[in-house]
Amino acid sequence: MKILVCISHVPDTTSKINFTDGDTKFDTNGVQYVINPNDEFGLTRAMWFKEKQGATVAVINVGGPETEPTLRKALAIGADEAIRVNTEAKDGFAVAKELANIIKERGFDLVIAGRESIDYNGGMVPGMIAALTDANFVNKCIGLEIDGTSAKAIREIDGGKETVSTSLPLIIGGQKGLVEESDLRIPNMRGIMMARQKPLTVVESVGANAETTAVKFEKPVAKGAVTLVSPDNLDELVNLLHNEAKVI
Amino acid sequence: MSVLVYIESDRGKFKKSALEVASYGKAVANQLGTSLTAVTFNANDASELGKYGVDKVLNVSNTDGFNAKVYADVIKQAAATEGSKVVVVSSTSDSTYLAPLLAVGLDAGYASNVVDAPTSISPFTVKRTAFTNKAFSFTEINTEVKIVGVSNNSFGLVETSGNASMESFSPSLASSDVKVESVDKASDKVSIADAEIVVSAGRGLKGPENWEMIEELAEVLGAATACSKPVSDLGWRPHSEHVGQTGKPVAANLYIAIGISGAIQHLAGINASKVKVVINIDPEAPFFKAADYGVVGDAFDVVPKLIEKLKAFKAQNA
Ligand SMILES: Cc1cc2nc3c(=O)[nH]c(=O)nc-3n(C[C@H](O)[C@H](O)[C@H](O)COP(=O)(O)OP(=O)(O)OC[C@H]3O[C@@H](n4cnc5c(N)ncnc54)[C@H](O)[C@@H]3O)c2cc1C
Ligand SMILES: Nc1ncnc2c1ncn2[C@@H]1O[C@H](COP(=O)(O)O)[C@@H](O)[C@H]1O
Repeated sequence: MKILVCISHVPDTTSKINFTDGDTKFDTNGVQYVINPNDEFGLTRAMWFKEKQGATVAVINVGGPETEPTLRKALAIGADEAIRVNTEAKDGFAVAKELANIIKERGFDLVIAGRESIDYNGGMVPGMIAALTDANFVNKCIGLEIDGTSAKAIREIDGGKETVSTSLPLIIGGQKGLVEESDLRIPNMRGIMMARQKPLTVVESVGANAETTAVKFEKPVAKGAVTLVSPDNLDELVNLLHNEAKVI
Repeated sequence: MSVLVYIESDRGKFKKSALEVASYGKAVANQLGTSLTAVTFNANDASELGKYGVDKVLNVSNTDGFNAKVYADVIKQAAATEGSKVVVVSSTSDSTYLAPLLAVGLDAGYASNVVDAPTSISPFTVKRTAFTNKAFSFTEINTEVKIVGVSNNSFGLVETSGNASMESFSPSLASSDVKVESVDKASDKVSIADAEIVVSAGRGLKGPENWEMIEELAEVLGAATACSKPVSDLGWRPHSEHVGQTGKPVAANLYIAIGISGAIQHLAGINASKVKVVINIDPEAPFFKAADYGVVGDAFDVVPKLIEKLKAFKAQNA
């Protein structure tokens, strides 16, 4: 089984978000980048398929040279090879087109992407790849088993979950649940050394157009001070929630 | 030319998020000077949709329940029939599943997590959340057909006094190789996505055995229950309750955080909620900076008392 894990390179969850150039550009100053958390779950599940079912695992990112440390980290975790499509990730559609192009060219049985990336929160790349490559698609996937060419997946639905059966080639939008938090791997020294020897191929982009453009950013307005209520005066809290906030 | 909205229902009832999508669609239709058409599956009575601005309902029957590929293809056909240039969906699990498929099918740009009516029609610009609620992004959709995914509880419900006519719609149904085997859904509980009020608790509760009072508080308020990440990682509560940047987003009217410190990753996911209440023993807990109302106190003392007060309030206002 050939697996491709799509890796989005995103600001660490603790990052302060700021903008420059008249609020038109994300300020990367001092920002640490990581593997998108949803992709980390997917990558770990891919490692399981590699170790238990002999799968090969490639990772891919659409982005500039600055994303290579993130791909190297994925190699250190255990992926066999990395691919970087050398272009700025303009929007979800453009990224999906670049990825679909590579997937068609190289052929993968299973493509694991994340439910959404935590920077632009598009939640669109995996579904778009599935539509562009005509593969089966399960979003918000929280469990995946593969047997030959059949797959059983669990999908999160509002208020519960759903088990579906499907077949390869398959694309999933993964998230936590795919593996447990405690199963996530931190690259060890040996992994990091080995990652240096593994191939990281840079391929040129097909120049896919973006369909959307983020033209300006804005930060939420700062909140006023909290209204404190004494634990001995909870009637007041009920009163405030009813009469002032009007939420109960 | 009509604006098209995809209206979801659950066990024969339109979802609240769907009525919000209708309200949003109506606002866009007004901006464009056109009418509003809804596409629904297996609806019996569309009159409620008229109240939220829908002029015409295309009702599809005889489907075997939700399938993203099949439904996306039906919506695509409805958009073609109506000549729609704008299609509006919600942020439910089903809508976010089918929207990217629809986007490819219609060659349409798609903006998700949209929180307000378009700020401009030409270029078509929407305000959406980005960086997991740490910022907003004004995004232009540059394609001829546009798909807008409305964030839950952001636009609100807007009633008008219209009437919706119902037409049956018989599109061709695509085949799909994704088949539902079983569904596991608590029928008696409000889901976090649909809830107007969410009661959430963290590691401050000390152990899973102490969640009874959290569930009771949620029940009194008709709220969904949620938890912080460590609580689900420890297995105290199911993963489906984990909210935050890496869990579920919450955009409730009221979010009550009990024994949750207010880490940046937690706040990012729940910040879109309108009113936030924190109950925490530590006055220095960062959550107090993010909350509207706060009680500095021991949850084991405050929560049972609050339950009693709310019960009394409800009895009075019943
Ligand atoms: C990559 C990454 C992603 C993350 N994503 C998320 C996410 O999506 N969601 C999330 O929640 N977290 C997330 N986290 C974890 C986050 O950083 C915090 O560790 C977590 O939110 C803390 O959970 P907590 O508030 O329940 O626990 P703690 O931080 O341990 O806080 C417990 C609180 O309870 C209070 N308390 C103790 N006893 C009582 C009492 N008797 N009565 C009242 N209050 C009491 C304490 O004062 C304290 O403030 C993420 C972390 C990382 C690194
Ligand atoms: N630039 C990118 N390169 C590779 N994969 C990506 C990229 N952007 C998004 N993805 C994948 O698509 C998922 C969803 O991203 P998005 O649609 O941007 O929210 C991510 O979790 C990744 O798996």
